[in-house]
Amino acid sequence: MWCERCKKRQATVHVTKIVNNHKTESHLCEICAGETGQELGFLFEPNFSFQHLLAGLLENEFGVKSEAFTERSAQELEKCPTCGLTFTDFRKIGLMGCADCYQAFAEYLNPLLRRIHGSISHTGKAPHNIGGRIRARKELETLRRRLKDAIKREAYEEAAQLRDQIKAKEAELN
Amino acid sequence: MSLDAQIKRLLPGWLKEPAPDGDIVFSSRVRLARNLNHLSFPYHAGEIQLEEVIDQVGAALKSAGHFKNYTLHRLDEMTQHDRMVLVEKYLVSLDLLKNPAHRGVVLNQDETVSIMLNEEDHLRIQGIYPGLQLNKAWESAEQIDRLLEAKLDFAFDEERGYLTTCPTNVGTGLRASVLVHLPALKMVGQVKKVLAVLPSIGLNVRGAYGEGTDSAGDLYQISNQVTLGLSEEEIVGKIVSVTKQVIDQERAAREALLANDSRLQLEDRVNRAYGLLTHSRLISSEETIKLLSDVLMGAALNLIPKADGQVVKELFFLIRPAILQKLIGRELTPGERDHYRAAMVREHLGMNRK
Ligand SMILES: [Zn+2]
Ligand SMILES: [Zn+2]
Repeated sequence: MWCERCKKRQATVHVTKIVNNHKTESHLCEICAGETGQELGFLFEPNFSFQHLLAGLLENEFGVKSEAFTERSAQELEKCPTCGLTFTDFRKIGLMGCADCYQAFAEYLNPLLRRIHGSISHTGKAPHNIGGRIRARKELETLRRRLKDAIKREAYEEAAQLRDQIKAKEAELN
Repeated sequence: MSLDAQIKRLLPGWLKEPAPDGDIVFSSRVRLARNLNHLSFPYHAGEIQLEEVIDQVGAALKSAGHFKNYTLHRLDEMTQHDRMVLVEKYLVSLDLLKNPAHRGVVLNQDETVSIMLNEEDHLRIQGIYPGLQLNKAWESAEQIDRLLEAKLDFAFDEERGYLTTCPTNVGTGLRASVLVHLPALKMVGQVKKVLAVLPSIGLNVRGAYGEGTDSAGDLYQISNQVTLGLSEEEIVGKIVSVTKQVIDQERAAREALLANDSRLQLEDRVNRAYGLLTHSRLISSEETIKLLSDVLMGAALNLIPKADGQVVKELFFLIRPAILQKLIGRELTPGERDHYRAAMVREHLGMNRK
């Protein structure tokens, strides 16, 4: 028997799959089986993307509520302004089109992320330059809070010092 | 080139001793998904944008001194055979090969670092080490990430973290995995029970060969499910501590097998496997993997006087189709492959580096 993919080599890998009571058989040579990931199911790759799982989640999240959707068909036509991906596309393939899609489809994302990750906020590392800005912004917020407090307490010397620190921080951020 | 030199070139560079807990853990790997701002993600991008990714990464490598010993390879400039060798060495994924045009990979000299370009994400930075060295794999991927982020504009959002093509990877963009060899747990009928716990604590497990928890070669891969809401150190730490527990269980099972009447049976089994591998003239890859698994454990337990565990591990790679054909230097028919595979196994198992 010849390999059904390349039709050049002997088929030595025979895979039988039963999907929805329908039996399919494939007969491949070892090379084609390897290339299609079927050689002994030799799959050392971690399942990096769980796209199938995701498609299922998306169905649940948005498909079941299809009534709501017909009402909101305008939203279905929503597009990422940067890459042009529509929400309908995203629902179909489960992939974002570009970084800005996360902004464009932000309102749909939280329930989805919660179901996938059990969380919606990143707590890991940040690019160094951005990480520095996040820290600086948080420090700035704290300083402003302390300033208000100092003024309330009429601790003017402390307030003056805090104002200087805030100015320096603001300069750093710009 | 001599066969020895060829073998050295075709073995994954990262598969080198020392490998802590290498009697049970095959490899530790971390992958970081990163994307560039202002460019569509690869599946949604046109040729010009895909080339832009390769150009930007190429320029970043040139401008940072650290990357002197790194090489960027374009996949469309390689033969399909050479691309498959990269897959078999665990340096790139099969997905990267689906469409080689406008794809690339950056490799360092010892192949502990690889960066896939234009796979599902613009960059997938991988660190890989033998044995249980997941922290080291993380540190090396993180170092590359840090050096590249100084030159590249990575897509990042304060709330969501690193933005990825698939929302299942968003946040840290980190996928950490270890490959563990659990033949004794399998023999005592405990492997399913031990591994069944992992999904409930947010870890994935799958057989390295074949689906589900039945794995030829008794090799299983443990990886994290969740990428958002935990820090990188938490994710890596969790896999390391769980892997240590799995190692303890496997060691306990091995000791139990050695302590009981089963010792002789175990010695018989692993030495028979060694005998078959050193005397076969025709052998399928499936049978080889099964026997190598026995011999790997036999070597770890010093039950086979002549077997060297490191040499056995190398064979898991040398018998893979693209690497084997590269060693022989031509395309082989399946019958020829069984013949040359047997010859390769005989020749290589005879080596003892101890
Ligand atoms: Zn074929
Ligand atoms: Zn977009």
